[in-house]
Amino acid sequence: MEFLAIQFLNGLASASSLFLVASGLTIIFGVTRVVNFAHGSLYMLGAYIALTIVSQLPRDPWLYWSGILVASVVVGLVGVAIEMLLLRRIYHAPELFQLLATFGVVLVVEDVALWIWGPEDRLGPRAPGLRGAVEILGQRFPQYELLLIAIGPVVLLLLWLLFTRTRWGTLVRAATQDREMVAALGVDQRWLFTSVFFLGAFLAGLGGALQVARAPTTLHMDLDIIAEVFVVTVVGGMGSVPGAFLAALLISQMHAFGIMVFPKITLVLTFLVMAVVLVVRPYGLLGRPPTHPRAAGPARAQPIGPAPRELRLVGLVALAAAAILPPLAGEYALIMATEMAILVLFAASLHFMMGPGGLASFGHAAYFGVGAYAGALLMKHFGAPMELGLALAPVAAGLAGVVVGFFVVRLEGVYLAMLTLAFAQIAWSAAFQWVEVTGGDNGILGVWPSAWARDRTVYYLFVLAICAGCTLALRHAIHSPFGYALRAARDNPLRAEAIGLDVARIRWAAFALASAFAGIAGALFAYAKGSVFPTYLAIPKSVDALLMVLLGGIETLSGPIVGALAFHGLQEQLVRVVEHWRAAMGLVIVALVLAFPQGIAGYVRDRRERMR
Amino acid sequence: MTMKRRTMMKAATLAAVAAPSIARGQGAAIRIGEINSYTAQPAFLAPYRNGWNLAIEEANAAGGVNGRRLETVFRDDAGKPEDAVRFAGELLAAEKVDLLSGGFLSNVGLAIADFANQNKRLYVASEPLSDALVWGRGNRYTFRLRPSTYMQAAMLAEEAAKVDAKRWAIVSPNYEYGQSAAKWFKELLVRAKPGVEFVAEQFPALGRIDAGATVQAIEQSRPDAIFNVTFGGDLTNFVRQGNTRGLFEKRFVASMLTGEPEYMDPLKDECPEGWVVTGYPWDQIQTANHRRFREAYQKRFNDYPRLGSVVGYDTVVSIVAMLRKSGGTETEKMVDAMKGLSFESAFGEGPVLYRALDHQSTLGAYVGRTALKGGKGTMVGWRYADGAKYLPSDDVVRTLRPQG
Repeated sequence: MEFLAIQFLNGLASASSLFLVASGLTIIFGVTRVVNFAHGSLYMLGAYIALTIVSQLPRDPWLYWSGILVASVVVGLVGVAIEMLLLRRIYHAPELFQLLATFGVVLVVEDVALWIWGPEDRLGPRAPGLRGAVEILGQRFPQYELLLIAIGPVVLLLLWLLFTRTRWGTLVRAATQDREMVAALGVDQRWLFTSVFFLGAFLAGLGGALQVARAPTTLHMDLDIIAEVFVVTVVGGMGSVPGAFLAALLISQMHAFGIMVFPKITLVLTFLVMAVVLVVRPYGLLGRPPTHPRAAGPARAQPIGPAPRELRLVGLVALAAAAILPPLAGEYALIMATEMAILVLFAASLHFMMGPGGLASFGHAAYFGVGAYAGALLMKHFGAPMELGLALAPVAAGLAGVVVGFFVVRLEGVYLAMLTLAFAQIAWSAAFQWVEVTGGDNGILGVWPSAWARDRTVYYLFVLAICAGCTLALRHAIHSPFGYALRAARDNPLRAEAIGLDVARIRWAAFALASAFAGIAGALFAYAKGSVFPTYLAIPKSVDALLMVLLGGIETLSGPIVGALAFHGLQEQLVRVVEHWRAAMGLVIVALVLAFPQGIAGYVRDRRERMR
Repeated sequence: MTMKRRTMMKAATLAAVAAPSIARGQGAAIRIGEINSYTAQPAFLAPYRNGWNLAIEEANAAGGVNGRRLETVFRDDAGKPEDAVRFAGELLAAEKVDLLSGGFLSNVGLAIADFANQNKRLYVASEPLSDALVWGRGNRYTFRLRPSTYMQAAMLAEEAAKVDAKRWAIVSPNYEYGQSAAKWFKELLVRAKPGVEFVAEQFPALGRIDAGATVQAIEQSRPDAIFNVTFGGDLTNFVRQGNTRGLFEKRFVASMLTGEPEYMDPLKDECPEGWVVTGYPWDQIQTANHRRFREAYQKRFNDYPRLGSVVGYDTVVSIVAMLRKSGGTETEKMVDAMKGLSFESAFGEGPVLYRALDHQSTLGAYVGRTALKGGKGTMVGWRYADGAKYLPSDDVVRTLRPQG
């Protein structure tokens, strides 16, 4: 009994840490609709800056806590800089485009932190006066954890006062509900957004600074926390601070007690909770459905016509060039070209549901991975050749899409994206943990193509034919009646229903179709690499797909193709040539985002139309 | 700090940029392709690259191998096996390297090993600890330097069998390394000391340990002793919570890798005392070879060597020894030269062999107890555990590794 009580206190302490970071994210999203991928980086910066400050100070409680506060304010200012220099310029870009910009920031911060603070983990000093433990129910419990338990509710209370008792808070709440209306009433949105960013970043920095006395400060902190924080925000209901508190509490307590029953569950527990909550409550625990449907779809999306003649010509030339590449290019160029062809199909499949379908996914790698694992597992357990694996991969991935799609398509926007992420993480942990079948993180090796396709040139041409064919098929589907219905469902679900379209079923079909095509890409990738690993369905792969689509331009059909080629080509070049390639990559992404807010292909299209 | 980083970067840039411009004719340089998770695991791999570069510089200063210089082309796989495979292809096809080396994560090592086998090229794995690399998935073209998970678990199981502890708890990161370390330790300890029981097992996700809850859950099972496999940030977190909550008081703790400076130094004055660990007491090893290595390293980088430095250094030293023995860079000849190859490690504890039987080197590790001296952790009462003594019998190895 005593043990359960102590474990409950442990859960409370973790909940407070999580809540601080998540509350910042939810406030930022509520007002600006920016999915701030760099929130974990702000948290990490908070920890590093606080560590630097308090290590220099004499051990005095007043100085210590002032140092923590100063660090949080500095992080808040970093947030302001990000908002003013970067995000402010792209608020009018298509939904989720800001994600791309904040991802660039993540990469830059990672390398900057490595450069300033070095590669080794840093353990900060403990908080003066709170070094020891107190006896609770016969167990020793650290004093600092007790302080953390108190900080969470205190911050919640302060935020509540700020939002309900000040004019600024009223404006923020109004903007959360309907920012167009607030703007129409003459409120200067720019400063409102900037100040909200300051508060959000400050809270993230505070969350990080409070970890210094508790845990080591490492270069992995940013990505280790970001997924969990997203989950807390979504489970609580995006934009709801009390919701974030409740969700942090729920998830932390599930962890504290879950490890006693299933010690290996920590990998997936968070995402299981999110999946259950979103299936039962599509807008999170305390979230509300968006009051204005106009906020949902990209209403500015233009109708899609057949490709102009020049574009067809460019496409044909590119394809012809790709086909005659082998004798001209070296062996390595073929390896790269093979990967690029596969990624084009992967990006195109995501674009199919994300662009015309309006169904953004943060977990598209799951279907890529299911396809890859389908081929590999068939080979490992049944000795199936590549041909059979390739034939069954889209079936397996499509079936996974059917199952997940059933739950997912009823949701909207970021909630939908996060539910796809939850299912992707569940699939990932299955691949990671079910060692007997999947080989765990050591993966499945020896997944090479059949003898006739083992030659690099042959395999490349084979991949090129399949990927070009599939990508064109997806394009064709967008122009088919099904594609029209899908776009109708995206742009105005109510009217679509009114003219007799079954919106949910159309979306469901689109989701399954996109999954099946991703599965083909995954299987081709597996045979190209000769091995399959859980990283194929991990979050970074999903993020890659998302970045490719956004970089190319979500509103054009050529976007994913251009985006995949640009993204992968860029990364490959930078990794080989530049040692600090992450910072370089991040800066290039930021530059591209600022130069082409419609994506690269979108920019070209707009230029052409303006010249007419 | 800045000095060290700058030197490291300069060396790396020189190696990466200058290398391709050098002519590749008869008697041209011998090129080694090195793939590692530099951005994902900088704490281990920055010193590793220093050690690597030091050995390359020493070999070239001594006139190279068979009159040919050595060059390295470094690649960063960012912790992704699929990228490592791509770079392996690139290094062979575009950079024309003569052999592959590197690898930190086990799955990256396995991916490169399988690629090497498929393409019939030599791969000298430096760091990946997975037993599968030389046993379950072992192949003709892959050799591994570091003592494997099995070997290090066996060293600690031997020590654990000596103490009077019946109830054991295990805490281990939830991935292949952690799972197999736990499995081997249990198996070997039960064999050496029937009657021990394992009363709690915690498998926190790598890098995301919920330390307070984990410590409490172990405490609840009232173990006599603890076997720890966590390292890096998880370890630091676990130790801080465990110290505050008194988990380690009057309990025997055996801990994998904790004596390595990479993981021990960040603990500073909170390094626990009296744990039995595997590691590297860099400041105390006084063999002639190690003294020379330590001095050269400190002079060159203005920093002390970590275990990663030794691994990087020894990998190159063994490759050089292999090249001397094979006399050329033809793959099959190099593979034959690797089998049974003997070389002198920076540890200086006698010759180390790459066993012909399973391609595992007999490099050992230091086993000792942790202690605090001058406000930081160190190892005391340590001894060198020769890797050759901590491997299963040849017959058992033959059943573990595909033969033929």
